[in-house]
Amino acid sequence: MKDELQTILATDCGSTTTKAILIEKKGDEYRLVTRGEAPTTVESPFEDVTRGVLNAIREVEELTNKKILEGEKVIKPRKNENEGVDIYISTSSAGGGLQMMVAGVVKSMTAESAARAALGAGAIVMETIASNDRRLPHQRVEIVRRLRPDMILLSGGVDGGTISHVAELAELIGAADPRPRFGTGYNLPVIYAGNKEARDIIRKILENKTDLAIVDNLRPTLERENLVPARNKIHELFMEHVMAHAPGYKKLMDWTDVSIMPTPGAVGSLIDYLAKHEEIDAIGVDIGGATTDVFSVFGGVFNRTVSANLGMSYSISNVLAESGVENILRWAPFDIDEKDLRNRIRNKMIRPTTIPQTLRELEIEQAIAREALRLAFVQHQKMAVGLKGVQQERTISDTFAQAATGITLVDMMSLNILIGSGGALSHAPRRVQGALMLIDAFLPQGITRLGVDSIFMMPHLGVLAAVNEDAAIEVFYKDCLIPLGTCIAPVGNAKRFGLPCVKITIGDEELRVNYGDMVRIPLGIGENKMVNIETERGFYIGPNKERKLDTEISGGVSGIIIDARGRPFHLPENKEERINKLSEWIKALDVYPA
Amino acid sequence: MAHAYTPGLKVTKGTIIARERRLPLKGEVVVSIGDNVTCDTIVARTELPGDVQPINLAGLLSVSPQDLEGYVLKKSGDKIKKDEVIAETKGIFGLMKTQVKSPIDGVIESISNVTGQAILRNPPTPVEVDAYIDAKVTKLFENEGVMVETYATFVQGIFGIGGEAKGIITPIVDSPDKPITIDMITPEHKGKIIIGGSLVTVDVLRKAAEIGCVGIVVGGIWDYDLKEFLGYDIGVAITGSEEKGISLIITEGFGEMAMADKTFKLLIENKDNKASINGATQIRAGVMRPEVIIPKEAKQVEEEKGKKDKISKGLEVGSSIRIIREPHFGSIGKVTNLPPELQKIETEAKVRILEAELESGEKVKVPRANVELIEE
Repeated sequence: MKDELQTILATDCGSTTTKAILIEKKGDEYRLVTRGEAPTTVESPFEDVTRGVLNAIREVEELTNKKILEGEKVIKPRKNENEGVDIYISTSSAGGGLQMMVAGVVKSMTAESAARAALGAGAIVMETIASNDRRLPHQRVEIVRRLRPDMILLSGGVDGGTISHVAELAELIGAADPRPRFGTGYNLPVIYAGNKEARDIIRKILENKTDLAIVDNLRPTLERENLVPARNKIHELFMEHVMAHAPGYKKLMDWTDVSIMPTPGAVGSLIDYLAKHEEIDAIGVDIGGATTDVFSVFGGVFNRTVSANLGMSYSISNVLAESGVENILRWAPFDIDEKDLRNRIRNKMIRPTTIPQTLRELEIEQAIAREALRLAFVQHQKMAVGLKGVQQERTISDTFAQAATGITLVDMMSLNILIGSGGALSHAPRRVQGALMLIDAFLPQGITRLGVDSIFMMPHLGVLAAVNEDAAIEVFYKDCLIPLGTCIAPVGNAKRFGLPCVKITIGDEELRVNYGDMVRIPLGIGENKMVNIETERGFYIGPNKERKLDTEISGGVSGIIIDARGRPFHLPENKEERINKLSEWIKALDVYPA
Repeated sequence: MAHAYTPGLKVTKGTIIARERRLPLKGEVVVSIGDNVTCDTIVARTELPGDVQPINLAGLLSVSPQDLEGYVLKKSGDKIKKDEVIAETKGIFGLMKTQVKSPIDGVIESISNVTGQAILRNPPTPVEVDAYIDAKVTKLFENEGVMVETYATFVQGIFGIGGEAKGIITPIVDSPDKPITIDMITPEHKGKIIIGGSLVTVDVLRKAAEIGCVGIVVGGIWDYDLKEFLGYDIGVAITGSEEKGISLIITEGFGEMAMADKTFKLLIENKDNKASINGATQIRAGVMRPEVIIPKEAKQVEEEKGKKDKISKGLEVGSSIRIIREPHFGSIGKVTNLPPELQKIETEAKVRILEAELESGEKVKVPRANVELIEE
């Protein structure tokens, strides 16, 4: 199929909008032709997702003057240059996406691996239960009963390990008699991916009460995770159960050439392909109205987390509840009354489609976005860890370096690229606002490229990558990613702001930046320059704590941003000083209109 | 997308309201199609399976799970009484027995020889669903519930807390821009739904709940007060299960905000009428807004059924709108122009805007996303 692809149609059915894109091979390269969108039609009065899909495709037809639909059918294969497409693919997060519950014996081992498998498949993990989670058995049963997940992933025990603990978990799930979220006429899917020797017992306990599927153990030994079989099963059941019960999806599933992927699963695949393709460490973040997803690939290991209740519209109040009002206020370059801020946030929650009209409102929304991103990233760092419980061989010299297992894989110094997506980042009126939000929330260290997804095309490209990886990567770089530029951020702190921090030499030009300052140097998209970076004592810039570094950096719409505010980063505690500093940085980077 | 405006909340003198009344799990429907029901009539009932309580029999008897069978006196499905012995060891010559007594009245759900665990289940809890509104039963969902339908005055709020409640509409202020003050609440408001103006405070809410007032419908509330009243910050916008003894419906938003004239007048007209309200709000897939339903004469239902729903024409020059974001939040005006091209606003974002003349006479330009259509 891969070689024949000339025209690709892809849709993403989001919870509010369905987006369609058309990709064509022109000469040797795949390029985006156009994009159409229409409101998603999963809810009443339509209750048929294909209405929205057809509307979005019709917009593509209108914009390109091509005929893609014959009545209500996608014309396939392509008849000629102006009629039909070779392949139609889709992702979906409508109806709240895939919501799962996971269970394992040890919270930090099999239960954590199960959570990673579910997250990696694109699910929201509603709850994790484990034999050692300190809850009483009846409390676990109560949780299973109260939440109505789309499916449960049960793991536990390495192969040959405990049987009784995992059987106990199965008994609790069975006793809770969990009901699926959609419909009453079918049993809840439960995937068992635990100790293979417990399979018969699990079958006996759960087979009659649930729709049980058994796959290979996701943690066959303590030293190894095997998440792929569980992930694949989750995708399969997502299609069979969740999607098939959502309005109109049966029809949509017939139309698509490959399985419909959960939207975040597709974005994750793309980031994963990208990092592996370029052999780099990457982070992607997608901040939506309801949820914020973070994806990372460090040392080839992919991780995804979803912060189900951190977002900029439906979940905006939860950002306030989780971060606290002070943490939001600290990003505001002006004084604002806490009570007033609270009302503004709530009013956005109840009318989520409104947009900031005044500059001050925009600044407040971007302050909230920083906190949503920061919190989502903190959650990600906690989940993206090495395997816990792994036995380590130690020599005498290691006994003094008590490195724990399960430390985070996220290393901001080795990070090569940070990509943002979602309205708050992609639609910020000035691109540099997106760049600064990413820098403030993620606090990259050393040299890091920054980019944003121009029109939220990553889901489409993620599912395309499953069919044609090269086409997906090509379109990603040429039409999807907007390079924002490069951030140079020395690590370390000085005693006070204003002391020398770093010297940057580009060609004949030399620039000295003091601690606590930010500077922006123009360098356009596609431009690369060699730079020499030299930090003062107390700071470093390279992964091996180098104070001097010669490297090539690439430009973007925001150019090069030198962030000499130090790492760890601290905002001044004094209000007046803080507002002054924020205002200085805003002015230095030309973030807002004067 | 051409329709960027927010469709307004429904505030209407007369419309047909249909509500599904379903059990959380299958049970028995106790009314028939065509029955006239009042808001308190039970329409369906069932029994929720009782909570389960696992008990580690093998551990308590100090025997291995595989050997458990020989010590258990009951089997799966058996009824048990609290303190009844369900398993015991043989002891020595019949003495020194270790016994496990049931901690509950209920049944044995299962006994496992793998985990050594018995699962006991409490007796079921009866669950009943009432009709919620004075209405007629129009549809049956076998073993699940019914659809009830009535002609009613209907007001949607923007945000609420607390679940369903029924009471008598009792206006408490004479103008929509007046806040409710604590001295206005008296014991006479027990069982009433208070209609306020622009603001309710935590003190008013507490006093109203204390005297047994069932609901408050008002323009605005300070978020700070809401947090004080609930004792926590609302995270995601899913409400309805708060148990504060009172349901609250906010019609405009957070802060002090005069209730829209039309809403206020309509509620005042219904003084002393019986109403059903629900504070439940969900702002996500499947938006659910809080509501006030004031059922009207049943004979009007048939007449109204003949009429087709008015089709909303969307925004056009002359449409009445309300601005739903700063600046001019809450102002009402009429659309004077709808320029099709994108325009740059103060934030530098390029968006579709509209021009409007506010009631004060001021002419403003507002992003279309920041207005809501006032449906006539």
